[in-house]
Amino acid sequence: MSVIPDAPDPFARDRGGPAQPLLSVSGLYKHFPVRKAGGKKQVVRAVDGVDFDVLKGETLGIVGESGCGKSTTAKLLMGLIERDAGSLLYDGQPVGERVMPWRSYRRQVQMVFQDSYASLNPRMTVEQSIAFGPKVNGVPGREAVERARALLARVGLEPKRFAGRYPHEISGGQRQRVNIARSLALEPRLVLLDEAVSALDKSVEAQVLNLLLDLKAEFGLTYIFISHDLNVVRFISDRVMVMYLGRVSEIGPSDTVLDAPAHPYTEALLASMPSLDPNNRTQAALLQGDPPNPIDPPSGCRFHPRCTLAEPICSETEPPLDTVGPLHRVSCLARQPGSGHSAAPARALAA
Amino acid sequence: MLIYILKRLVYVTPVAFGVSLVCFLLVHLAPGDALSAVLPADATQETINEMKAAYGFDKPLPVQYLIWLWHVLHGDLGTSIATGRPVLGEVSRAVVNSLILASVATVIGFTFGTLFGFVAGYHRNSVADRAASALSVFGVSVPHYWLGMVLVIVFSATLGWLPPTGAGPDGSGNWRPDFDHLRYLILPAVTMSVIPTGIIARTVRALVADILAQDFVEALRAKGMDEFGVFKHVVRNAAPTALAIMGLQLGYLLGGSILVETVFAWPGTGFLLNAAIFQRDLPLLQGSILVLAMFFVVLNLLVDVMQTALDPRIERA
Amino acid sequence: MTAPITAASMALDGGVLSAGDAAPEAAFVPSRGFWGHVGHRLVRDPVAMGAGAVILLVVLIAILSPWITPMDPYKGSMLRRLKHVGDATYWLGSDELGRDMISRLMLGSRLSLFIGVTPVLIAFVIGSAIGILAGYVGGWTNTILMRTIDVFFAFPSVLLAIALSGALGAGIFNSIVSLTCVFVPQIARVAESVTTGIRKRDYIDAAKLSGALPLTIMRVQVLGNVVGPIFVYATSLISVSMILASGLSFLGLGVRPPEPEWGLMLNTLRTAIYANPVVAALPGVCIFVVSIAFNLFSDGLRAAMEIRQ
Repeated sequence: MSVIPDAPDPFARDRGGPAQPLLSVSGLYKHFPVRKAGGKKQVVRAVDGVDFDVLKGETLGIVGESGCGKSTTAKLLMGLIERDAGSLLYDGQPVGERVMPWRSYRRQVQMVFQDSYASLNPRMTVEQSIAFGPKVNGVPGREAVERARALLARVGLEPKRFAGRYPHEISGGQRQRVNIARSLALEPRLVLLDEAVSALDKSVEAQVLNLLLDLKAEFGLTYIFISHDLNVVRFISDRVMVMYLGRVSEIGPSDTVLDAPAHPYTEALLASMPSLDPNNRTQAALLQGDPPNPIDPPSGCRFHPRCTLAEPICSETEPPLDTVGPLHRVSCLARQPGSGHSAAPARALAA
Repeated sequence: MLIYILKRLVYVTPVAFGVSLVCFLLVHLAPGDALSAVLPADATQETINEMKAAYGFDKPLPVQYLIWLWHVLHGDLGTSIATGRPVLGEVSRAVVNSLILASVATVIGFTFGTLFGFVAGYHRNSVADRAASALSVFGVSVPHYWLGMVLVIVFSATLGWLPPTGAGPDGSGNWRPDFDHLRYLILPAVTMSVIPTGIIARTVRALVADILAQDFVEALRAKGMDEFGVFKHVVRNAAPTALAIMGLQLGYLLGGSILVETVFAWPGTGFLLNAAIFQRDLPLLQGSILVLAMFFVVLNLLVDVMQTALDPRIERA
Repeated sequence: MTAPITAASMALDGGVLSAGDAAPEAAFVPSRGFWGHVGHRLVRDPVAMGAGAVILLVVLIAILSPWITPMDPYKGSMLRRLKHVGDATYWLGSDELGRDMISRLMLGSRLSLFIGVTPVLIAFVIGSAIGILAGYVGGWTNTILMRTIDVFFAFPSVLLAIALSGALGAGIFNSIVSLTCVFVPQIARVAESVTTGIRKRDYIDAAKLSGALPLTIMRVQVLGNVVGPIFVYATSLISVSMILASGLSFLGLGVRPPEPEWGLMLNTLRTAIYANPVVAALPGVCIFVVSIAFNLFSDGLRAAMEIRQ
């Protein structure tokens, strides 16, 4: 029988100190089998070798087009689907093994889903939904309900008015606040927000984003923030990771990645984003067409068929994720010294 | 398409074996054993054993099943205990009569069902719509054996227009397509058509209303297409589902005709089943049920394939 | 693991918190909850309410009939056979053995309702259990259970009912058993598809993330959401079940004389269709009225449950 620590400060539960990444992901793979006509077995390479760290207290944004593996990565991180390969280290401890079974991991890592309606049980009141987690973890009923009410108040929903409501009786923004409150009910240290504000109106979205920032400061949270909206990611993230066809194409500090992107894909994503400022419009080529089929991804660099810098070598060599600046890593041959790409910087710097 | 048909066949085969197993076990559900109905009460143990061996009842159940299945696959459904004639012949004669009745009833049901369904779907919430809804509720709620009785009371007992029972004037068991026999067909066919009428009307109404509410209909009208052209599009979109429902209804009527056939003494499978049950003629019961269920399985398969062939939206892979 | 069960009771009673839990705050904004909304909408549906009233009336008659029948339903008189409707003594006439029709119809409602409703109730329990299990567990369990169900779907329901009854022999118990076997696969299939749909919802994932055990999730998060739709489907089967159950008796496979049951009465009165057609048709009117009432009520319930999401 486990009991949730009453201490509100998650750093009280810290093991490895501030330098130890809160979550360390390496070699993460997930291939989904599909059957095509004719009975041939094939796989969708949804997540195809992903490594990254989530630092304590930061917000890591994950961006990419739909189908790039963002949501599969989220589900893998939560253990909602089983990974084919790879390891998760939570505060230095391997997840899914004896020192850190999924059950204890999930009390520290929680998730907020995109669809605010589908993620709440329509037959439970708001308060019951929030109290469910603490209750199944051994918190006495009345205490769990009190905690639910306190959380409702904290996310800006007056308990007297909202606790007894059902999901269909409140607005989308209010529902997402409820979902956030539920994710906090187990007092996690890491919250994974999977397109958590994408379905909301712009004005509501801004309110919820501000709420997220407040909660983060108050509870000392770490966020993984998945979104397709670069503006939102720029607003909330400390670091950004760009994914393309199941792989990481660029990762680094938000300002660097979003203002001076090193990967042509990031550049294209930024360029395809509508800007209100005429001086801010880039001349870079927009993304052409849809991403290629993840069943049969292009050889070499997966982005080369849509890339403006593509050279023959790009379809032959798979680019590694290499460091190009402080905390800034990119998987593009054109940015890697000695790669053989004509635009690559000189090797001298590295030597 | 061929691959699709093969896939359906692969899927249907275990179901068909399951059906045969259920039919086989049905007889073993029966209280007492299959021979008690024919053996005299004072039969010696020796006679009983002899009979058991003759019918293969002395072997273990799985062996009996395999032997039975082997015979069935070779078209041998056994011998009727009551008449001593092969079950297959008895059942085939009855199936023909039932099929005539069920087909006519299905055609009547489809005609009126689609008619009411279209009117109701085109004029939602009108008087016609209400009437069609009432009719479909009536169709699925009325005990059809009672409706048969009421029709007999009205058209035979009171008005004397149509014969109350039987399949023909000579009292014979074979229906022929002439005027005299047609008069015998009317009441049972109308009685049986009530259920498919209700169900088809309900389905077609929903289909038509759905199709009319779709954007493409608006686009057709905006392009200047006349109402008849739009109507043709609606028909084309509603047809696969409506036809599929019709096919399934034919199967249900064939299998469910026993009550109506009893009321009208129609010499079909229902009548045969009734006789088999009350004479405890288990081979006949088993054979009739197997034939009817297999007919339904094949019909389902045909409906599936036909629906897929007609409707390009259904994934074939 | 001893997860407290309070959450389960909360979810299953459809919403309102139990008194102990609600103690700290008295001033909730009243919320109807799901079933509250359904009830509210149902009450405003005149057709469903009318059908419900008919059902209630028949149920009341069935319960009270042993004490309120005007005459002895079993006592006949060969001198008073087949009296017409409107007779001074026999208000709805008398049957072929001179027994009072209205008394027999009233008492007959007991057996007719019993043999019609019981199979659906039993099948609701068994079918839901099979379907929810198959839907929630998935994988091979699902394949095996649902393929077995498919075999029973290969029989038209009337045929299956009659085949089973025919093999088992006549009697109330056997007729209930056969009809239950007819409805279990149908309910199981609906239960399976509803459960499979629910299982993919995000809130089930969220519940998994909270660390709840599968059984707790099943009880608290799944059951409350699947029982409603399955129940509505089951109510739509009562009408068919009434017709089939009385049909079995009509064939001589269900209730045995001299017990009054509408289907059986219809059968024995067939000989009287020339002498007294109206009386002969009366038991069928009863089956029809009850069947249509169940159908309309079920339709109303289904419509009331379609709450926009």
